[in-house]
Formats: sequence, structure tokens, C-alpha cells
Amino acid sequence: MHRTKVRVAEDVLDANATIARANRADFDQAGVRVVNLMSAPGAGKTALLERALAGGLSDELGEVRAGVLEGDVQGSLDAQRLAMLHVPVTQLNTAPGFGGECHLDANMVRSALSALPLGEIDLLVIENVGNLVCPAEFRVGEDARAMVCSVTEGEDKPLKYPLMFRTCDLVLINKIDLLPHLDFSLDALLGNLERIHPGVQHMLVSARTGEGVRAFADWLLARARERTSAGDLAPRQAARAAGTPA
Amino acid sequence: MHELALARSILDAAVRHCDGHRVSRVDVTVGALRQVVPDSLAFNFEVLARATPCEGASLRQHLRPARLRCACGEEWELAEPSFRCPRCDGGQTTVIDGDQLLVESIEIEEAACTAPR
Repeated sequence: MHRTKVRVAEDVLDANATIARANRADFDQAGVRVVNLMSAPGAGKTALLERALAGGLSDELGEVRAGVLEGDVQGSLDAQRLAMLHVPVTQLNTAPGFGGECHLDANMVRSALSALPLGEIDLLVIENVGNLVCPAEFRVGEDARAMVCSVTEGEDKPLKYPLMFRTCDLVLINKIDLLPHLDFSLDALLGNLERIHPGVQHMLVSARTGEGVRAFADWLLARARERTSAGDLAPRQAARAAGTPA
Repeated sequence: MHELALARSILDAAVRHCDGHRVSRVDVTVGALRQVVPDSLAFNFEVLARATPCEGASLRQHLRPARLRCACGEEWELAEPSFRCPRCDGGQTTVIDGDQLLVESIEIEEAACTAPR
């Protein structure tokens, strides 16, 4: 018996990244832009989406149809809340059958592709499992990443979860209606955020009062209208802009 | 917490490369920015490796400190969680080391060749 060293030189997340690229290609093909929305449990992801998507996403350029892929360890409570708004919602549970994971990975999202109404939407928001650690590691095929950090979580969170805060394109600071009642320094949070992810875009919002939610809705609209890497508008939007049915 | 999923990926890579041989050792490079807890990764790997060719294999973790470079040219090792330049306070910094998570190599056990030459 002798021992032989075998060179591997493989990124641990390569397998996930490969599937994420395949998802992205399928989303591009369907003309759907994808936002991965992450946060700790209870930060207000679902409540913000309810506020932002209620009444539809539209501006002077027209309407953008949004769908939601709802990731949860168990149950469909969030999906039921969003379905009340007549937003197409697909539930993805990570509980037994998927292994009860604390995050979504590219393969789980791939398994849900056939259930997604990609032909009817321009924008897919993937609401990840509430967790500030694992979801940051796993790309799922998204175009952009947003996270919610609520003021009840404390000012130190960017310092404790730098991977999450550094990986996001937008940080939504939620529950600002509670600021008068908390020993919480918004300046300290923003200072910590600036140390971890200098220059990252942030918005102050309250899902409860609706403050700042329009800015989030506008950000989603802008993501949905971003051109694909090939440079073309999403096909359905282009068809609408040209006045022809998609 | 993410160590379970990472351990599974490391195990998958090792099993894919071992060609059915028993694996005695797996070497991984872990960047500080990956926020991996070494004991947790080792524990998860040990449990997941049971009844696979990696059962009992030692997982050697080589830790890499995080290094950043600023647009002003300054390079430094990240000692506290701040990605701003310590020299110019600029925010245009790039990570040049410490964000990797690589399976570098595995050591497999092979029966000595007894075939006549």
C-alpha cells in the first residue's frame, strides 16, 4: 500500500457556480431579470415585498410584471401572504426532500425552474431563507443582490456578517418607524456599513408605514429594465414598447 | 453554520477525484474572508465522510489571511473588519488574497503494484 497525492485545485463552490450560470442563462433566455433578496429571519423581507409589489410595479415607462420565488425551510406562510396580492408566487421548501438547508443554492432554484411562470414575468424576486451567513455564499443565478437589515438587529451587524454585507448591491434598512423607541444609532450602522462595503447603495425604509418603499420599488423596476449581457431589452418589454403582443 | 454545505462540497470534490481509492487526507485552502469555523468544518466533514472513500480522512485546512489593495497603491493585511484604506481612507479597495476556498489536493491509498515486470 502506498499513498499518492492527487492534485484537485477546485473551488469548493465551483459546482454551485456552474449551476448558477445555467440558471442565469435560462433566465436571460426568458428575458427575466432576477433579484436575490436576503436578510436575517424577521427583518421584513416579505413585508417589504408586499408593500413594494402591492398594486403592481409600474412607472411612466409602463408596467413590469414581477414574480416571487419564496424560499423557506418549512411551510408556505410567506407565499400565501404574497399570493393575496395576485403576484405569481412559487414556493420552494428546503425541508426534507431538499435536506432542510438554511439557504437556497443554485440546484434548489434549478429544481424550481419548471414551476416558475417565466413566460409571464419580467422580474423574479427570490426571497431567500432568513439567514445572514449561508445565503451569502451561494449564487443562485441572480442579476443583483439586495438585503434587508432592520434597526432592531443592532448597529454591529455589518461587522459580524461582512460576507453578506459585502456581497449585496443594495442594503435596505428597515423598521425605521421604530427609531424613536430604540437605543439605536443610525449613524453607527451607516458607519459600519461604509467600513465593510464602501459606497454600497442603501435605503431607509419602513414596511409598516410605507416610508421609502417607493424607492425600493423603483430600484426593482430599474433592475427589471436592465439590459441582458447580450444588450437587448427583455423580449416582452421590447414587444410592449413596440406595441406588439409578446 | 455554512460549514455543513461547504463540507459536502469538499467531500464531493474529493470523491470525484479519488477514482474509487480510499482517501487518507484532503488539503484545503481557506481564506479568512470565507468566515469558516475550522472545528465546525472538520466536524461536518468527518460526519459526512462516513461510508464514503473519505471515511477517516484527515482534513488539513490551510488558512490564508485576507489582504487588500487600495487604488492608492497601499496593500495591507486585514486585521479588523474594515475595508477602507488605512492610509488614504479610500473605499476603492480590492481583495487580493483571503477570499478563496479551494480543494488543493487529496492523498489516496493504492495497493502496491505486484504485477510482474
